[in-house]
Amino acid sequence: MAEGSHAAAHDAHDAPRELRHHFVDMEAQQEASALGMWIFLVTEVLFFGGMFTAYVIYRASYTRAFEGASNLLDLKLGAFNTAVLILSSLTMALAVWAGQQGKKNLIVLFLTATILLGGTFLGVKVIEYKQKFVHHEVPGPHFVVPEGLPRQSEMFFSLYFCMTGLHALHMVIGIGLLLWLIARARRGDFTPRYNTPVDMVGLYWHFVDIVWIFLFPLLYLLGRHTL
Amino acid sequence: MTPLFPEQASTFAHNVDALYLFLIAVTAFFSLLIGALVVVFAIKYRRKATDEVALEVHESGLLEIVWTVIPFGLVLVMFFWGAKVFFQITRPPADSIEIYVTAKQWMWKLEHTDGRREMNELHVPVGQPVRLTMASEDVIHSFFVPAFRFKRDVVPGRFSTAWFEATKPGKYHLFCAEFCGTRHSNMIGWIYVMTPADYQAWLSGGTSGETLASAGAKRFVEQACNTCHGEQKGSRGPSLSGLYGRTVRMQSGQTLAADEAYIRESIVNPQAKLLEGYPPIMPTYQGLISEEGLLQLTAYIKSLSPAPASGGALAAPPAPSPERKSTKP
Amino acid sequence: MTNATASGRERVNYLNAGYGVRSWLLTTDHKRIAILYLIGVTVFFAIGGLAAALIRLELLTPAGDVFQAETYNKIFTTHGVMMIFFFMIRGIPAVLGNFLVPLMIGAKDLAFPRLNLLSWYLYIIGGLIALWAVVHGGVDTGWTFYTPYSTVYSNGWVVVTAVGIFLAGFSSILTGLNFLVTIHTMRAPGMTWMRMPLFCWGMYATAIIQILGTPVIAITVLLVAAERLFHLGIFDPAQGGDPVLFQHLFWFYSHPAVYIMILPAMAVISELVTAFARKPIFGYKFIAGSSVAIAVLSFLVWGHHMFVSGQSVYAGLIFSILSFMVAIPSAIKVFNWTATLYKGSISYQTPLLYAIGFIGLFTFGGLTGLMLATLGLGIHVHDTYFIVAHFHYIMVGGTIMAYLGGLHYWWPKISGKMYPEYWSRVSAWVIFIGFNLTFFPQFIAGYLGMPRRYHAYPEEFQVLNVMSTSGASILGIGYLIPLVYFFWSMRYGKDAVDNPWGATGLEWQTPSPPPTENFPETPVVTGKPYDYVTAREEVAVG
Repeated sequence: MAEGSHAAAHDAHDAPRELRHHFVDMEAQQEASALGMWIFLVTEVLFFGGMFTAYVIYRASYTRAFEGASNLLDLKLGAFNTAVLILSSLTMALAVWAGQQGKKNLIVLFLTATILLGGTFLGVKVIEYKQKFVHHEVPGPHFVVPEGLPRQSEMFFSLYFCMTGLHALHMVIGIGLLLWLIARARRGDFTPRYNTPVDMVGLYWHFVDIVWIFLFPLLYLLGRHTL
Repeated sequence: MTPLFPEQASTFAHNVDALYLFLIAVTAFFSLLIGALVVVFAIKYRRKATDEVALEVHESGLLEIVWTVIPFGLVLVMFFWGAKVFFQITRPPADSIEIYVTAKQWMWKLEHTDGRREMNELHVPVGQPVRLTMASEDVIHSFFVPAFRFKRDVVPGRFSTAWFEATKPGKYHLFCAEFCGTRHSNMIGWIYVMTPADYQAWLSGGTSGETLASAGAKRFVEQACNTCHGEQKGSRGPSLSGLYGRTVRMQSGQTLAADEAYIRESIVNPQAKLLEGYPPIMPTYQGLISEEGLLQLTAYIKSLSPAPASGGALAAPPAPSPERKSTKP
Repeated sequence: MTNATASGRERVNYLNAGYGVRSWLLTTDHKRIAILYLIGVTVFFAIGGLAAALIRLELLTPAGDVFQAETYNKIFTTHGVMMIFFFMIRGIPAVLGNFLVPLMIGAKDLAFPRLNLLSWYLYIIGGLIALWAVVHGGVDTGWTFYTPYSTVYSNGWVVVTAVGIFLAGFSSILTGLNFLVTIHTMRAPGMTWMRMPLFCWGMYATAIIQILGTPVIAITVLLVAAERLFHLGIFDPAQGGDPVLFQHLFWFYSHPAVYIMILPAMAVISELVTAFARKPIFGYKFIAGSSVAIAVLSFLVWGHHMFVSGQSVYAGLIFSILSFMVAIPSAIKVFNWTATLYKGSISYQTPLLYAIGFIGLFTFGGLTGLMLATLGLGIHVHDTYFIVAHFHYIMVGGTIMAYLGGLHYWWPKISGKMYPEYWSRVSAWVIFIGFNLTFFPQFIAGYLGMPRRYHAYPEEFQVLNVMSTSGASILGIGYLIPLVYFFWSMRYGKDAVDNPWGATGLEWQTPSPPPTENFPETPVVTGKPYDYVTAREEVAVG
């Protein structure tokens, strides 16, 4: 990189106000942000991965218990939630596009739609969890082994709550991030020149969606054929 | 006892120590080599003037290769030798005496097949392979006899099996070697290795309690196992006579040897492996029978087989349940 | 390029750029954050060290007559948790890495300075939470938290400690993420990968492990906490759970974790050896490559902690051969460092003493690791003091010596002051002697059969334990001396010049201490790394 452009980048008058002082230029900053977010998502894969590993191993050990317990989950609600999340990824992608256009109102609109869809997902999960409480399917001292199933079905529910619970926590954090983005968008922070935060939160949101795409078949669909 | 090594009191102690001596030699050689080189270089090439410069040294790919390949070769030797000793350690011979061990916080309960019970002590004859089938009632423990170079974790939820053959009469430490709570360091005892004559005298001297197998027979009826696992044709469950040691066939087509682990798993997780020709209706007894109860039932079922209660065809290393799972489709 | 600059007191540098608690607690300057970490790790090291002193005190006599058994168990757990999660994992990367990586690559800061500050807060909060657990009764499970003891039977503050560890892990992930992105995207013009200092290669390899491994321990401790709080049965055999699954998940991180602890140390040693031999490092590519090889291989060997747990014979064989393989790159490094000393111009400054100590002790300790990888033999020594001796040779004889060597080497840059050379040499020797006396007898005790985590032990082990405790007293004194003189030097030490060692590296092209922005202009790199001037053989006579 030539000497001259150093000076230009460091010249306070020319530098965009979003450029942090330790980066040479906006391109470097964006590259770093993107790489950082991807690396963070790798850590999230491994984070969820520990539980997926436990699930796969126990499912192999207690196949009938898991299949039986899986049939007790509400397939309709699960499928509905899957559709809701996929749709929210679409609205998120549209928000990213709007960000690239710098269209403030559209950004806010699509972010709001994403939040509403995310909120719907969480609402459905609350309904599902409540159903489990009522039917004594929550592991612990009040668990009652469902009729006709082996006791190891409790293991299925332990993993169900841990995995969907962690996923739901990630969604709540995601919604928090979306609210923050809305606040910044309304301030006019996002322009065609600078919309990295929307992009990055978009990556996170899509990731949380993909985790659900794995969770749904593993938890809700395996063993349906034995019905 | 030499100050550096425990006594060698088992058939594999000598092999383990020989391996150790080889590794000590390699460790000493390379440590001294590197240590000497570093010290010699530090002295020989010490800076004698503030503005002194170092001498030019050309990098050498060949040298890098040499000092990669030589260690590689050495570690392969270590690996194969170690594996050889390991195979010996993990393969109980056919004619082993069976001892059943229950570990619980913070004591060892040992039972001979004739019902003789011991607490924190084990009497065995010299020159006879001894196979331990171990269960834990609570947390992970580990049965460790330094003089035998014997160690095996006792993990709750499964049977752990391992063997030794004592070669020298004497009294040897038994330690619990996996932290198990407050009185972990008190979970110790003694192994008494006796001459065959002394061992016979000891066996006949004590009062035998009920054998493990007959306690198991009682439990078999208590838990109503006999209502399905009857001898008559048309029983809902398979007959268990002759089961232990036999090869059984699963619905998936997989065949395996019916060993202690298989028996235990069939009681606590019967749905894991479905026997060919029988419907999957056996309920699970997970959490309903204690580890000691499971040992008793296992001993009872073993006693229904004509084969000697031994390693026999099952001299293969114990494969715990999770490993078995990996062979399923 | 000036050699003699105005003394730190007059010139504005990162230390005096702002005063007041807020300027420190809200800083985003990587150098100040490094100092914050220095304070943190020193405090947690002291706590862990105090626990170690109490352990050695109890073990002076065979009977458990100083503490009750449960108290002793809590003390050794505190020692392990504090030392591993709050000192070793963070130490070199968070203190030296944070300070040096931007300087060494010619950058103004790390890629994410605010994330860096967040990582420090997570670390401190996690540490305080873990400390709260210690103060309010402690945890007695051992730092390994094996189930079902930790999830069902233990009466200690397991959940609270798990939360503290979780936060410390998150902190570690953020540091690793920062280093990875920084090294990838912010190297100065002309600094190609092959021109980067080996210290940065080491930080990079460490960061790979931090990113891939730490999330697994994070989920594992969360599952342990969930199991305790909600009576789940994920690892509890009474509910169909598998205690060995816990061990797999735990060691999947905790083995690579030991490489998080040693790779930065090796990174420091590479810098020290070349600087104090005043010679280009021998085998740069091989040292760099071996760092990455170690990072990758480290994920494949975790089962060697479980040879007696009940995994299959075949799993044992695979983990054994792979464990041997991971030793080879470390051996390559040792040979290359030794070759660097050959025909060098070696100066016996304190950092070099630590480097030489490291090479000797790490070689020896690493070779004892081969004994553990050896199947037939590892079984006998598993869970005995042999293991304790092995990992202390690597962690204390290795990492801590490298840390101290690095701290002394870069102290002039960090503080703008020189430490007193006489006392630093004295303490290096005291530490070396104390260390060997503490831990060598433990190899012998372990092979003889003394189990670890024992509050009381059979009498025949007493002589070895007395030797070990005497060594520990000496070692403790050895550690106190630098604590005193580093503080002393900040006030009374001689002012340091920009490059007191005459070493290569961009960090030495800045004043001591550097200004906040590190470089007034982004440097451009044109030369090889470690391009010391060397003479041909015929000119310099021996």
